[in-house]
Amino acid sequence: MNVKDIQRPAFDVERVRADFPLISGTELAYLDNSATTQKPKAVLDAEREYYENYNANPFRGLYDLSTEATDRYEHARETVARFIGAKDASSVIFTRNATESLNLVAYSFGELLKEGDELIVAVSEHHSNLLPWRAAAKRKGAVVRYLFCDATGAYSLDDLRSLINERTRLITIAQISNVFGRLNDIKAMAALAHEVGAVLVCDGAQSVPHLPVNVTDLDVDFLAFSGHKILASMGIGVLYGKRELLDKMPPFLSGGEMIETVSLDSVAFATVPHKFEAGTVNAGGAISLEAAIRYLEEIDREKAIAWEDHLTRLMFEGMKNVPHVNIVGAQDPDDHHGILTFTIDNVHPHDVSAIFADSDIAVRAGHHCAEPLHQHLGIPSTTRASLMFYNTEEEVKRFLECLAEIRPMMGYRD
Amino acid sequence: MAMKNRTFYNEILTEHNMNPYHKHPLVNPMKWMRGVNPSCGDDIVLQLNVEDGVITDGAFVGNGCAISQASADMMLDLVIGRTREEAIELKDLFLKMIREEITEEELERLEEASSLKDISHMPSRVKCAVLGWHTLEEILKEDSNGGETTTESDGDNTAY
Ligand SMILES: Cc1ncc(COP(=O)(O)O)c(C=O)c1O
Repeated sequence: MNVKDIQRPAFDVERVRADFPLISGTELAYLDNSATTQKPKAVLDAEREYYENYNANPFRGLYDLSTEATDRYEHARETVARFIGAKDASSVIFTRNATESLNLVAYSFGELLKEGDELIVAVSEHHSNLLPWRAAAKRKGAVVRYLFCDATGAYSLDDLRSLINERTRLITIAQISNVFGRLNDIKAMAALAHEVGAVLVCDGAQSVPHLPVNVTDLDVDFLAFSGHKILASMGIGVLYGKRELLDKMPPFLSGGEMIETVSLDSVAFATVPHKFEAGTVNAGGAISLEAAIRYLEEIDREKAIAWEDHLTRLMFEGMKNVPHVNIVGAQDPDDHHGILTFTIDNVHPHDVSAIFADSDIAVRAGHHCAEPLHQHLGIPSTTRASLMFYNTEEEVKRFLECLAEIRPMMGYRD
Repeated sequence: MAMKNRTFYNEILTEHNMNPYHKHPLVNPMKWMRGVNPSCGDDIVLQLNVEDGVITDGAFVGNGCAISQASADMMLDLVIGRTREEAIELKDLFLKMIREEITEEELERLEEASSLKDISHMPSRVKCAVLGWHTLEEILKEDSNGGETTTESDGDNTAY
């Protein structure tokens, strides 16, 4: 496709940008949104408003302020449940981030594993959805089997079928990999898992911020994501789990809030979700996540997503025109969902990102916490640009101009 | 304000990166050591011949960012033909430069390696520039030969 032929969808990006204090007043082209997103004023205000007016330790006081804090916190849980299509708010557990959510399932569901059980882990997983499972397998004498993708980042359901057997307890995979940006067919994978009574764990860290994700429709058993990648504060994350599974699982951390009664020789745990939320909760974070969801709904999410897809196409087609630039993964821009990972012949990714930094463009270099994937692809490390709806065509243009300068700047003449 | 890479990736650096004079394997080197920075993937093997306390020949192989590769190449330009003590002194000068404590006269002694002076403003890249020198320091220790070193902190290696 020719860059000129790309149609611009209707989206007032300048209006949206004005909502983001950090980017509205700077020259920085922030293209590291897969690492973390910037925060709109509405989110910052909501958290501040909570602490200014409602702060008390939720669940602990019988006075009005504590009750109010509890209500606000639980309201945030209901908003998250609605946002991801969970039927029951109690199946939403607040954590610190996707990493903690995944560790929670791996530890707690992992306790139910037996020797010889098999876990299927996709090779493109972020370390946070790989290492906890390896540790669980090691503790329980279970076996980790890897599902491999092809060079375009595609997973075959036939490959998955051939790995599944009666010992399979679990399949874990990101809905969108943070390297490829490609959307995996989670619904079909969940159905395959359920055929043998296994569960499907979906890492939604990169998908929830960029797509409508509905856990009931996908029929996933667990979904993990981080608030900070979807406009909310750092330090709040979500684990969704089916109630019947969560009820069976032992607690992850123990201490305050997660108990019903404790005596010197026995303990009765609280019910789900509180069983999994030991200690004082991050109420301000939960409120910021609720505000982020409201913000997304207010700006018209569908249009925002169309804009991200548009920018992805512009960037992709522009990159294809720069010699010696190799895009990792699919060769169709619609398979990238705002994530473009690439290499430049003979230029190391750290030099690439340093040169971008010099032009006030923030991109990420390294293995993006997916070292086994890079080994599988035979690429030591890569550079990644990742988009959010508040990015502009101008920023994409600046990125492409800088990209074209890099090899010449490193002394290569062709 | 961050320093400008535009001036940082100067001709001396890019030339040493593209056409590293000392990047090739030595035949039967007397000493060798691998230097790696796992977090950024810089990975070199430094090889030296040291006879009667003098570095008679040296080379490196490996891969990594332009800074790590060019810095190792410039270092070998400087230290081949020098005594062990002189090489260590140059290493100390290089580190002094990184810490911004070096005098003008001292800087001159680093010749082309002085073109990396501004790396001190790019904290995340310092370990790339220092990798070759750090490996040199380790390899020059009396009985050391073979093995691996890093400018990053050592992690625990647990298999699972
Ligand atoms: C796919 C994926 N999973 C998990 C994570 C971990 O997220 P966090 O560091 O917020 O726990 C990330 C982000 O780095 C990610 O991209």
